[in-house]
Amino acid sequence: MSEKHIDRSYDTASQKMIKRAIDENIKISWDRYDAMQPQCGFGELGICCRICNMGPCRIDPFGEGPQEGVCGATKDTIAARNLARMIASGAAAHSDHGRDVAHTLILAAKGEAHDYELKGTEKLMQVAKVYGIETEGKMVEKIGEELGEACLAEFGQQHGSLKFISLAPKKRQALWKKLGITPRGIDREIVEMMHRTHMGVDNDYKNIINHGIRTSLGDGWGGSMIATELSDILFGSPEPIRAKVNLGVLKEDEVNIVVHGHEPTLSDVVQEAAKDPQLIALAKKYGAKGINLAGMCCTANEILMRHGIPSAGDFLQQELAILTGSVELMMVDVQCIMPALSSVANCFHTKLITTSPKCKFPGVEHIEFREEKAMEIAKQIIRMGVENYKNRVKERVDIPGEIKDLIAGFTTENTFYNLGGTYRSSFRPLNEAIISGRLRGAAGVVGCCNPNVRHNWAHVSMVKELIKNDVLVVQTGCSAIACAKEGLLSPDSASKFAGKGLLEICEAVGIPPVLHVGSCVDNSRILLILSEIVKEGGLGEDISDLPGAGAAPEWMSEKAISIGFYFVASGVYTIFGTPHPVTGSENLTNYLTNDLENIVGGKFAFEADPIKAAHMMIEHIDKKRAALKLKPVMYTNGVSVGV
Amino acid sequence: MTKKIYYDVNKCLACKSCEFACAIGHSSSKDLLSFIKNKEKTKPAVKVHFASNKNYPIACRSCIDHPCVSACIAAALSFDSKDGRVIYDKDRCVGCWMCVMVCPYGAIRPDQTAKIPIRCDFCEGEDEPRCVKACPTGAIFVEAEEEAKSR
Repeated sequence: MSEKHIDRSYDTASQKMIKRAIDENIKISWDRYDAMQPQCGFGELGICCRICNMGPCRIDPFGEGPQEGVCGATKDTIAARNLARMIASGAAAHSDHGRDVAHTLILAAKGEAHDYELKGTEKLMQVAKVYGIETEGKMVEKIGEELGEACLAEFGQQHGSLKFISLAPKKRQALWKKLGITPRGIDREIVEMMHRTHMGVDNDYKNIINHGIRTSLGDGWGGSMIATELSDILFGSPEPIRAKVNLGVLKEDEVNIVVHGHEPTLSDVVQEAAKDPQLIALAKKYGAKGINLAGMCCTANEILMRHGIPSAGDFLQQELAILTGSVELMMVDVQCIMPALSSVANCFHTKLITTSPKCKFPGVEHIEFREEKAMEIAKQIIRMGVENYKNRVKERVDIPGEIKDLIAGFTTENTFYNLGGTYRSSFRPLNEAIISGRLRGAAGVVGCCNPNVRHNWAHVSMVKELIKNDVLVVQTGCSAIACAKEGLLSPDSASKFAGKGLLEICEAVGIPPVLHVGSCVDNSRILLILSEIVKEGGLGEDISDLPGAGAAPEWMSEKAISIGFYFVASGVYTIFGTPHPVTGSENLTNYLTNDLENIVGGKFAFEADPIKAAHMMIEHIDKKRAALKLKPVMYTNGVSVGV
Repeated sequence: MTKKIYYDVNKCLACKSCEFACAIGHSSSKDLLSFIKNKEKTKPAVKVHFASNKNYPIACRSCIDHPCVSACIAAALSFDSKDGRVIYDKDRCVGCWMCVMVCPYGAIRPDQTAKIPIRCDFCEGEDEPRCVKACPTGAIFVEAEEEAKSR
């Protein structure tokens, strides 16, 4: 037997729990992945079509069998339609999250959801201005309500443009307008995407993808941005905050409650409810020392960056947290929640609770979360966890000791306020650092985990390679958690891993070389950061001029596809680890990885080797530096090459 | 005991995973994505056929009659009675398609690019034929002839 658990994950805490699963014959994602081999080649290449009932159809990649579906759809059409539907689904997920936050904002503003208040009034004024809402002499609540309604209206809007589009660089807005891909409404583009990919509608793969781009822009500059900005208004804008990460945050002598999923509407209330003295007293009555709340996936990121609540781990650690035998209760809302959780939870005393009407599991207790009674419901769920402590089997508790410090909570607004010093809230220092060559550029490394890549290995290897080469890295989602577990998100990581130029910046302003900017909807923060850099001047007139790149080295979800597209459409060179399921169509692959650059300024690349991918990003950054006629980078391999 | 590849046609869903595994496994890159990228031309020896409402994932049945061997004009085919398998010497093959025509199962396919037939080699050098490994439903399996008969 090889060391399976070591092959499966780079993270030692995860290895221990994977080992435990193997020893106790508990099947987890990696086992299911192995059992699934070989995975369907047609699906992997994107050339099977299940869209109508004349099918399912498959294009023979060996060139002997059918080269078109029953309707005559070619591999180009089929692959493009499949990919476009993935964009639609990803955009729908992010945007529906945004819709929920807008809905909560309205309830809170109207006083119908007493457990919420509008904490981010500065952000409220800022966003109200973008939406053209009169703030003069108005109560905060009134502005909040109007803004919430204005945002909700954008979901069903049929023409015109989304308000946040106005925050993109002027040149970019003009390009989108010229190409006819400015999103008109968030839901509208998703619906049209579904229509266009219905049997017998859009058969031109380029035309299909162009609408896919429009749909994704409605996510990045629409639904996701609404989710981020309105969350900041409701729960307060994050500020840099110290916290802890990895399975070691679970405690042996406390009631462990894990919140897993994505939306902050539940988790933010839960973190408050967990402080309730009565519940803590109850926990003590059962022999626990207290209540320990930990997050998982992106809902973890939401409360991590706002309250410093520890994160127990990333997407592939959801089963592993239960495997510690120490989790009394895991409550979930929406997205990235494995159906397998219920069977893994059945192997332990862990209670699994679903809370969203959109996300139920067969045989799992459902306690529906309603904003109007948020605190009451949150307490009810926590109480169930506390009462479950007595069922914990002490002998079965095995919590890996791994735990790391990180700094989270960087945002568009605060990052360079912190960086600014005498410049105050300005991107000038960042731009200057890039212009002078102290920093080579910046990169966003984001996305999921996937058993088809050694867990966390690609994220960590890529980010280390980038910062070694003086590229400042911003991260969201599970990628941020992966690198936090490696210690890359703590300030002292700069001296260990960063190149000389980046180290100088980090030391001067006291930031880590890798900045955690939030959950996966918070990729919208990266869009705004890029726009601010352009606005600050000296680095071109558009996002596509910037010495920057993006990557999702371990991606798995449809949301990642949507994110990839809105970055590419915003002008960013974006690398995915494993390719999109399109490689069965040479034309479409070419369109995504070559032609798009001439159309929107950004393009995709597919590269599974994270080091190679990092160097493709660096090469791209250098190309952009050269085009801007910037000075050469100050240091290569830690050695000064400049003056 | 000679072992042969058998098919349970009730289990075959025609996913063609066997075809993928066969073609990719016999290609030079041995990887689907590189195969497509490099435009390799290797064809699968196993092919899923559809007849009478059932799917038949068919490759060489190594049949006892093996008419292909008798029909071969170039002596490229021979029968190894020890292993119970038809041996194919590609270098001697002249591409006359006689074996293709006489095969009672239609299991030998003409490769129009290479101009010689595509034949199952039982995945020489592998512990188990790739099609067997690839089948997600267990419709393709290896069994000793005696066992299969007794069952």
